[in-house]
Amino acid sequence: MSASAPVLFDSVAIGDALPELSVEVTPTTVVLGALASRDWRPMHHDFKFATERNGVADIFLNTPNQAAWFERYVSDWAGPRARLGRMTFRMKTSIFPGDRMDFAATVTGVDADDVGQGWATLEVTLTATATDGRDPAPRLASTCTVRVALPADAADNPWSRRGDQWVP
Amino acid sequence: MNDTTEYVDELPERVLSMIGTPMYEQTATFPAERSYGYNTLAATQNANPLFWDDDVAAELTDGVVLAPTTLSLWMRPHHWEPGAVGEQVALKVHFDLKEIFGLPEAVMTDNTIIFFDPVRPGDVISNRQVLTSVSGPKTTKLGSGRFWVIDVEFHNQHHDLVGVESYTGFGYVRSGGS
Repeated sequence: MSASAPVLFDSVAIGDALPELSVEVTPTTVVLGALASRDWRPMHHDFKFATERNGVADIFLNTPNQAAWFERYVSDWAGPRARLGRMTFRMKTSIFPGDRMDFAATVTGVDADDVGQGWATLEVTLTATATDGRDPAPRLASTCTVRVALPADAADNPWSRRGDQWVP
Repeated sequence: MNDTTEYVDELPERVLSMIGTPMYEQTATFPAERSYGYNTLAATQNANPLFWDDDVAAELTDGVVLAPTTLSLWMRPHHWEPGAVGEQVALKVHFDLKEIFGLPEAVMTDNTIIFFDPVRPGDVISNRQVLTSVSGPKTTKLGSGRFWVIDVEFHNQHHDLVGVESYTGFGYVRSGGS
């Protein structure tokens, strides 16, 4: 395996669409994600707590795990040389077992900062669609803005930047 | 969400004193570790070779780094530990606000993460929480309550900034509840 650079800064343009990703959510998806992020709150593993206390349909995906899904989605496209600078996401509705998650994204910005690092800004949408008999209308579950540093060429490495050379 | 300044007159003194004040400065009781980091990669089926292949990590990051979005997990307390009383929670300010306002339920609605130096296995992370704003009373489909924003700064044992997170929480009483 090598640290290839499938996406270079100069190859990206505003309006580019990222490949979509679909994931079926199971109880294991939710519980594994919560425990992986050391989030022991019961609404992420206890059905009765989630439904009777929180008043939602089921246990649901926790916040840090959702961030990790966005990271995975972006790095699938950008490759290992790309480096996340910032992500901001808004969770509009919860994601439950029995949902299918559909990730999609568009490049909405490309810029180089004052220290010469090239950045792509991505607008990611996460749509949840129930596949288990609940209302099957797609729900816009989350939106996420990601700022990711991309290499200028095959030899460039955003990970080598530190201190005032890294301005996320 | 509305700016706190619109509601400053109605906020309890305890909440006013919290706004802008660093709280709960703490250092993790365990180091960041690769084996636990694999759980996040597995949970999200993340095959990025930077986190699986030591040669790639050596080439790009001078050694193993942990996935950036694992940032907060290195500060999350054990579910139980000797001497601990009650539920151990990561974002204590969030739970303080639930108690102060008498809001039994809460969810997170927004999250911003800014990534600085990567976290590496063996790092011991410290953080502190700063309440930045509290909204006036709001009603959503979940119930009635308030929004608040809490910023968290993370540093490693060398005092290098490794990340900043900002959470927006909504504490609420369910519609029809007490």
